[in-house]
Amino acid sequence: MTDPLFEFLCRMGDNTLVLGHRVSEWCGVAPVLEEDIALANTALDLIGQTTLWLNLAGEVEGKSRDADALAFRRDVWEFRNVLLVEQPNGDFGQTMMRQFLFDLWHKGMLTALQDSSHDQIAAIAEKSLKEVTYHLERTTDTVIGLGDGTDESHARMQKALDRLYPFVGEMFVADDVDGAMVAHGIAPDPAHLRPEFDATLDEVLSNATLVKPDSEFAHKGGKSGQRHSEHLGHMLSQMQWLQRAYPDATW
Amino acid sequence: MVTDKPTTEVIWEWLDAVPDPEIPAISLTDLGIIRNVEWVEDTLEVTVTPTYSGCPATRIINLDIETALRDHGIENLTLKTQLSPAWTTDWLTERGKQRLEDYGIAPPQPAGSPQHCPLCKSHHVERISQFGSTPCKAQWRCQSCLEPFDYFKCI
Repeated sequence: MTDPLFEFLCRMGDNTLVLGHRVSEWCGVAPVLEEDIALANTALDLIGQTTLWLNLAGEVEGKSRDADALAFRRDVWEFRNVLLVEQPNGDFGQTMMRQFLFDLWHKGMLTALQDSSHDQIAAIAEKSLKEVTYHLERTTDTVIGLGDGTDESHARMQKALDRLYPFVGEMFVADDVDGAMVAHGIAPDPAHLRPEFDATLDEVLSNATLVKPDSEFAHKGGKSGQRHSEHLGHMLSQMQWLQRAYPDATW
Repeated sequence: MVTDKPTTEVIWEWLDAVPDPEIPAISLTDLGIIRNVEWVEDTLEVTVTPTYSGCPATRIINLDIETALRDHGIENLTLKTQLSPAWTTDWLTERGKQRLEDYGIAPPQPAGSPQHCPLCKSHHVERISQFGSTPCKAQWRCQSCLEPFDYFKCI
């Protein structure tokens, strides 16, 4: 088994990398200029956090790989992001619903990581948490605004929730890597983050007049790397092509 | 070659003259991102903390610090990045806040919204977007003079 600390850091960094890239796909085509800028800024924060996580992952691994090498030279099966973040953008509502669900988990995770026994992880968490708290404020407002909006926006947000809710469960499933992190006091058991997530989710959905799907069925396989959805490969082929075609190219 | 090492007070003064690359109205010291300056034997160590983790200005800032200090004759220099404690707008100097306001950017307020329009000083202001032209700013609008303006986010 690979070093669980390396695995854990790749999970954190791949979540922000894949979502950051997805969100950046909106650059220049968002519904209004202000949202375009907001999405680009969110993507920028996530990519910045990715650099911190993946550089640390590379250090821990000790094979001279930095954040760029990990981001651009690994293939689908080596990625450790949850399936939620690789889902396509869909319409603006679906993008915001995906962001909201991730932000809510992310904030809980980073809050817990601030108390990590690993100083560098605690420092990255402290830095990222400020940015993510701001993201969550915006996505909460947007989910409520669009959910409790017009018939059209409400229908689209409900559809987005129905489409994405089956990807929520994976964020809270613990495996051996999580077990090793808990044993060393490095990271929390993700299952322990669920009650607070659910409480806030229920409150926001209620304010947004949206209904949580009945089924708790969860798609899994992203964070373990066993089974990504078909969407990730397409995304990577676009994200990585330049470094694949011209290795070590810089500007 | 500098034979006598300049004191850290002198170095802080030099850094005080380095403008922020994206908001040149304020200096890097006004922004509060230079956390420490010290001599470790013959090497000068400057500790810098990023404003936002993805802010593209961070690299330029490090380059500007290095250029400024080398221009003053510092040869042995190390730039350290420090993430914790995380940067907060509380570290902006009073002078920095005033300079922002004079430049047309509303300085951060603990309440989370601008005190008034930096142009006409009206208190009737509304938020256009939580984000703006750089990661550290949001877009607001004055309902009196109708001018849009940047607000330096409080974090």
